[in-house]
Amino acid sequence: MIRPSRSHPLWLAFVLHRLSGLALALFLPAHFWLLSLALTQPQRLDHMLSFAESPVVKIAEFGLVFLLSVHIFGGLRLLALEFLPWSNRQKSLAAGAIGISLLLSGLFLLRAI
Amino acid sequence: MGSTDNMRLEVTVRRSDADGGYDQIFKVPAYAHQTVLDVVSWIQQYSDPTLTYRFACRVGMCGSCAMMVNGAPRWTCRTHVNKVLNGDRLHIAPLRNLPVVKDLVVDMDPFFDKWIAAEGLHHPTRTRHDPIVSIDPENPQRGEANAGIECINCSVCYAACDTVAGNSDYLGPAALLRAWTVFNDEKNAGKQDILDAVSGSSGCHNCHSMGSCSHFCPNALNPMTAIAGLKRETAKTIFRRRKDA
Repeated sequence: MIRPSRSHPLWLAFVLHRLSGLALALFLPAHFWLLSLALTQPQRLDHMLSFAESPVVKIAEFGLVFLLSVHIFGGLRLLALEFLPWSNRQKSLAAGAIGISLLLSGLFLLRAI
Repeated sequence: MGSTDNMRLEVTVRRSDADGGYDQIFKVPAYAHQTVLDVVSWIQQYSDPTLTYRFACRVGMCGSCAMMVNGAPRWTCRTHVNKVLNGDRLHIAPLRNLPVVKDLVVDMDPFFDKWIAAEGLHHPTRTRHDPIVSIDPENPQRGEANAGIECINCSVCYAACDTVAGNSDYLGPAALLRAWTVFNDEKNAGKQDILDAVSGSSGCHNCHSMGSCSHFCPNALNPMTAIAGLKRETAKTIFRRRKDA
């Protein structure tokens, strides 16, 4: 097997940022549609909200919080990279963004279950 | 220097032909100390004299021997086979993102044309009759210029860059690093020319900060830092122009 030339931390951080952004973009329309049910079909919304109490959905929400957090902190790293004086600790900052995101989403999951 | 235990490397070399190329396998004797360039030279000298490749200095100064080694861009004269060997296998191909001339030789013209397009050239402030500008080596701006000055134009960063692969007009890490180096040089005029040249649709703002350029640079330079610097300076220019308008 030929080793790909991309297996280094900052490239993986780039991919994670792109994929999390894409996943959030796909999630948002569904989210807004669900919120719109409050106006159009309140019973259906209540039904969906009770469904959201199930463990599978809680785990999915854990993933969602992680994606949101990793996109925010990864994006802040990129803004800092482009607009603040250069820091050589880009790998550590990217790893830190993932660490904070795991912590936040883990706390969310512990509170949810 | 003898071959160790008659071991042989299985070296797959990307050859060119009219149909887009093919892989050819060579059995090359393994030595305790050999570089990837030694392997390519052995093939050309003892197995197939038609194999075409490029090298000059063999000591990592001239920047002419870069190739894709097991999928990664490397300066082959300073890359030990033992460091990159995959079992007993080696895959050697021409540099990515550049047109192939023959076998392992690529056409470097697009790469160098972009240095010029990025204004990565000297814009004199004085004539030969004026005294030389005195340079303070402690000046932070001089530090920025020094950081990128050892580029050997090997095109490893250019081959590593996925943004170049996606947009063939993108100036690429080496040209932007040179533009940033020249921008920070006190002996250089035309700073605004450089910022204008690097802030177009094919300029520094294409960079996604994947960092492959800095990861693979054989001289441990950091083009990503330079590109971030250019992004910062071009952004400042926009605000400055707004204020002046």
